[in-house]
This record gives sequence, structure tokens and C-alpha cells, in this order.
Amino acid sequence: MNEAEKHIYTVSELTKFVRVALEDALPSIWVEGEVSNFVLHSSGHMYFSLKDAGAVLKCAMFKRSNLGLKFKPKDGMKVLCYGRLSVYEARGDYQLIAEEIEPRGVGALELAFQQLKEKLLKEGLFDTSHKIPVPELATRIGVVTSPTGAAIRDILNIVRRRFSNIEVIINPVRVQGEGAKDEIASAIRQFNKLNNVDVIIVTRGGGSLEDLWAFNEEVVARAIYDSNLPVISAVGHEIDFTISDFAADLRAPTPSAAAELVIPRKEDLVNRINNSLIRLKNSLSGMVQTLSEKFASLKDSYALRQPLNIVTQYEQEVDDLKKDLGIRVDHVVKMRGENFNFLGGKLGALNPLAILNRGYSVTVKLPGGAILKNAASLSKGDTVETRLGNGKFRSIVEDVQ
Amino acid sequence: MAEMKFEEALKKLEKIVAELENGDLALDEALEKYEEGIRLSKVCAKKLDAARKKVEILLKADDGSFELKPYDEKSDEDDKPQEIKKKR
Repeated sequence: MNEAEKHIYTVSELTKFVRVALEDALPSIWVEGEVSNFVLHSSGHMYFSLKDAGAVLKCAMFKRSNLGLKFKPKDGMKVLCYGRLSVYEARGDYQLIAEEIEPRGVGALELAFQQLKEKLLKEGLFDTSHKIPVPELATRIGVVTSPTGAAIRDILNIVRRRFSNIEVIINPVRVQGEGAKDEIASAIRQFNKLNNVDVIIVTRGGGSLEDLWAFNEEVVARAIYDSNLPVISAVGHEIDFTISDFAADLRAPTPSAAAELVIPRKEDLVNRINNSLIRLKNSLSGMVQTLSEKFASLKDSYALRQPLNIVTQYEQEVDDLKKDLGIRVDHVVKMRGENFNFLGGKLGALNPLAILNRGYSVTVKLPGGAILKNAASLSKGDTVETRLGNGKFRSIVEDVQ
Repeated sequence: MAEMKFEEALKKLEKIVAELENGDLALDEALEKYEEGIRLSKVCAKKLDAARKKVEILLKADDGSFELKPYDEKSDEDDKPQEIKKKR
């Protein structure tokens, strides 16, 4: 064969030949493998490899395809990719242009949920210490929900049944689909800005994971976390747990349960009022009773402690004695005129009162007021009262001899 | 005074009951608190009976302002579970 007869390919020609051959042979395929060398370019395009024990396949997932991805592919993750084979001619690499990617073994949404939950948990968005107490008794309730859904109907039923004297403000939002997450987050912020409710209930009825997805979005979790008003999350059925549930100050298994948390039963309130009334009256009558008992016992003990009686008695005796002596003095003066002064003086000195003026004193033991003549009738600690020529004083016995 | 909210009045009432039961008050102070307690219990009872349910919907205008309109519960009774299950 000579040079003119064999076909000589240029590199470009050959590469293009390979590309076309591959694209035609495998126009759309599913490939399973483990992610490695994953890179999210600043352009928004994803580049990675899929590998298994025997081989490696280069992949590219362009921005337009990966924009809607809920989860983040990571090295080591087992995935399923759907796309087409092609050749990146400039480098001579064949690659899979992936249009779809799914985690293997767990759904994409479940994985996204786990990833976001972990991320926000680490950031502290679910910390109990950050949560605000929900009011026991709210008179203004804000509800972020669909105005036509079952959730708001359930809540209004509870209001009707339990305690009608309540204000409910509905902030209507889409609870699923495109844009729902932003509406929900905005609604929570609006209530905070207007500050016209005591508590916010974020709620929707049951549905699939896709239906509830808006309540698993980061923007909603952050709006709940940032809320200064307490937030109760009641999304889906009892068994559904969403990211909003974790971020909220309280989770309720259903919209009705959420309403029951903040709307009390009228009978319960009536009981509380009556209970208070009874306790009011009881404590006041108890107080009056105690005070009058106290007063009565004080009155009695005061009388017992009065030394005045004893002294008055004594003073009377002294007066009697004075009278007696007075009569005798006159008598003696009549009898013995010249001894009057002397006798008078002596008698004067014997006047019990004069004795006191000379420095003698009378001491009585308290209580009782018996005049003390013998120290043996005293013990350490006894209280005694001493009357002097002028005045009296009280003392406590220190030592008896 | 008539504008005090129900839960405020109830909380105040229960606080007075606790203070009286504590027993540290002088008699004239206790009497004052007792009277206030009775008055508060009447306010609470009155508010309980005022069946003033108000359900409103918050509407947002294009200029960012808000408006509250009464919410008509009956008009949206036709909601069915189809909002819940989407076709795949």
C-alpha cells in the first residue's frame, strides 16, 4: 500500500470520530459508581469522577442540570447518574455529561434533609438555650399557612371550641411548590416586624416529603431562628418531622395540637379564677384569725408582767403606815413635849420612806413581785425589780451568794 | 383599667394570692391587696364572657404596606386533599 491510499487521520478528525461513535452508541445511559475528586466550579459546573474497583469515568454536570439539586454530592458517596457519553476533544478525554444524579441507597430528598439538619445542628440553630417560652395564654395568634387548607380550619375549630375571645391573624402563604419557602420565611419576618401577635404557628396539613419540602428549607429555618416572637411548628402528620420542627420553639404533631397549646379551655380559666378567689378569702380570714389570737395572748401576758400592781400595793401600805405613825407621833408629842424633837427625829428616821432615802432599797422578784428578804430565793438569770428612794430599776441576777 | 388584657389580669390576681398566702403583709396592706384581688377576679370573669372572636387575614399590597381584612371561613370549604398529593 502506498501513501496515497491509506487514510491518515488528523488528531482532531480521529477524536471527532471517537466522539460521534460514542455519542451514537450510548446516547443516554445510567451509570452507578462512587464519587471522587468532586469539584464545584465557581462557574456553577460540577466536575467529578465516578469510580469502581476496576475503572474511573470522568464526569461533568453543568450548571443548568445541577441547579435544582437538593443534596450536595460528596467524595465517597455512592450515586446513580443519568446522562450521555461524549468526548472533550480539546483534552482527548471521554466523559459522561450527567443530567441527573441521585444518591444510591437513600432518596435525594432524604439525603438533603440529613445534610441540612446536620449543618444547622452544628451551627446551633436547634439549641434549646435559644428557644423562647411559648405563652400559656395567647390572646393574639398569628398563623402562617394556606388560607384554604385544612390546617387553618382545624385551628379555628379549636378556637371555637375552647375560647372564643381570641384574635387570629392569618398570613397567607403557599405551602408547597416554587417560591413557597420564601413566602413562608417572609411571613414569619412580617409578623415580627408588625409585632401584632403573641405567638406564631407555622403549619400545613399532611403530605409527601416533596409536599412538605418547603418546611425543610434553610431560609425557613433561619427565619424561625431569628424570630423574636415564639414559633410553634406543626407541619404534616404526627410522624412527619421537618427542619422547621427542630428550629421552632415548640413542635406540635398536628395543627389542632398547636392550637391547643396556646388556647386554654374556658372551664380551666374559670376554675383558675374561682380557685384564686377561694384562696384570697381563706388567706385573709386566716390572717385576721391569727392576729386576733396574737392580740388576746398579748393582752393576758402583759397583765401578768405588770409590776405596777405590786408597787401600788406597797405604796398603799406605806401610806397606811404613815397614817399610823402620824397618829402616834401626835400622841407622844402630847405626852412628852420636851422629847418631841428627838422622838420625832427618830420616828422620822424609822419612816420606811425615809429609810429608802438613806440608801436602803426594796427588791422584789419578778414575775410575782414578792419582796425579797432571802437571797436563797433567787437563782442566776432571775429578773428582779429594785425600788430606791427615788425611782426604780430592773436587773437580772448574775450571781447569788 | 378596662383595657387590661385577660392574661395580665389573671397573672396579677394569682400574684396577689401568692403574696397574701406568704403571710408577711401588715393587715392594712393585706386588706388593700385583697380588695384589688377581688376587683381583678371580676375583670377576668367579665372578659371571659365577652365572646369576641376575631379572625383576620393579613394582606400585603405592592407598595409593601399591610392591611387586615376579616377572614371568611365559609368561602374556602372546597379545599380537598388534592393539594396534598401531587402527581409525580
